[in-house]
Amino acid sequence: MASEGGEDPRLPRIASTIRVIPDFPKPGIMFQDITTLLLDHEAFRHTIDMFVERYRDKRITVVAGIEARGFIFGPPIALAIGCKFVPMRKPKKLPGEVISEEYSLEYGTDIMEMHVGAVQPGDRALVIDDLIATGGTLAAAIRLLERVGAEVVECACVIELPELQGYQRLGGKPLFVLVKAA
Amino acid sequence: MACGEDKEQDPRIQGIAASIRVVPDFPKKGIMFQDITTLLLDPKAFKNTVDLFVERYSGKNISVVAGIEARGFIFGPPIALAIGAKFVPLRKPRKLPGEVISEKYVLEYGTDCLEMHVGAIQPCDRALVVDDLVATGGTLRAAMNLLERAGAEVVECACVIELPELKGRERLNGKPLYVLMESR
Repeated sequence: MASEGGEDPRLPRIASTIRVIPDFPKPGIMFQDITTLLLDHEAFRHTIDMFVERYRDKRITVVAGIEARGFIFGPPIALAIGCKFVPMRKPKKLPGEVISEEYSLEYGTDIMEMHVGAVQPGDRALVIDDLIATGGTLAAAIRLLERVGAEVVECACVIELPELQGYQRLGGKPLFVLVKAA
Repeated sequence: MACGEDKEQDPRIQGIAASIRVVPDFPKKGIMFQDITTLLLDPKAFKNTVDLFVERYSGKNISVVAGIEARGFIFGPPIALAIGAKFVPLRKPRKLPGEVISEKYVLEYGTDCLEMHVGAIQPCDRALVVDDLVATGGTLRAAMNLLERAGAEVVECACVIELPELKGRERLNGKPLYVLMESR
């Protein structure tokens, strides 16, 4: 698979650790499995380092990670750059007061929630997930953050499925990915 | 208090405990829910939390950190990265693609299931199990079973919070449990 970001020597290793599982979750889908990346300590470290290097001087005040695989990549980035981590969750998982945003699935809709009070107006946010496909999930996260007055600086994913053109659904917000899956 | 090992509490623990929010009657009436999301909003508290675990497990030859979905995914990976271990997600059913092994466990009403990828763990692996909180211990026990079925040695279970009244500690088949704080 092709790598974004030009010639960074860490990218081939990162890309090579990602496993493709055919016909998951249903026939015809080639699932990009990052769990094998997590089994390669150096590849996992390189992945985090590449995001941290990009964002450490961008005055990011909050990393928002999308449940559940965004919870794996987001916190190490937040810890390294010294900012808050906010989990964006499926319905009824977050205790206390939340705001909700509905988004489209292939069939039907789903809901994403964020805690009230976690993000303030003026926060500069980075949205993290393992992969961008249609962009619907990322778009919902962007809307939640903007509803509370944050500025979404960028969306960042390990993998992009470019054929699905998810980058077009991010309301003009930039997208950064490490690996493009053919 | 950390595990009851030292009588002196590490000075970082007070700040960590203070950052955890208790939400009454969630997910249902009578339950005082220990909400760690407020800890994650405090970069110093979050860093101190991870550091306390990393200090304990560095140099113990831990080769794998297994994190329980979903809040174990928040604490496990930073620990794994810092100590040079692989990270293995233990997930609810049908989330992991490819071949998995499953372990059933008992809930208050009914049962649930935890899954792990075949091939993620080798028989020589020394494992740390991480979750945000231990209540009855059922989930941790299921996690340990999965790791042991794959041939790993579970060195310890580690959580931020323990609810000691629920006696989860006794359900870990003799494996040690390390926590940063108890909540009554």
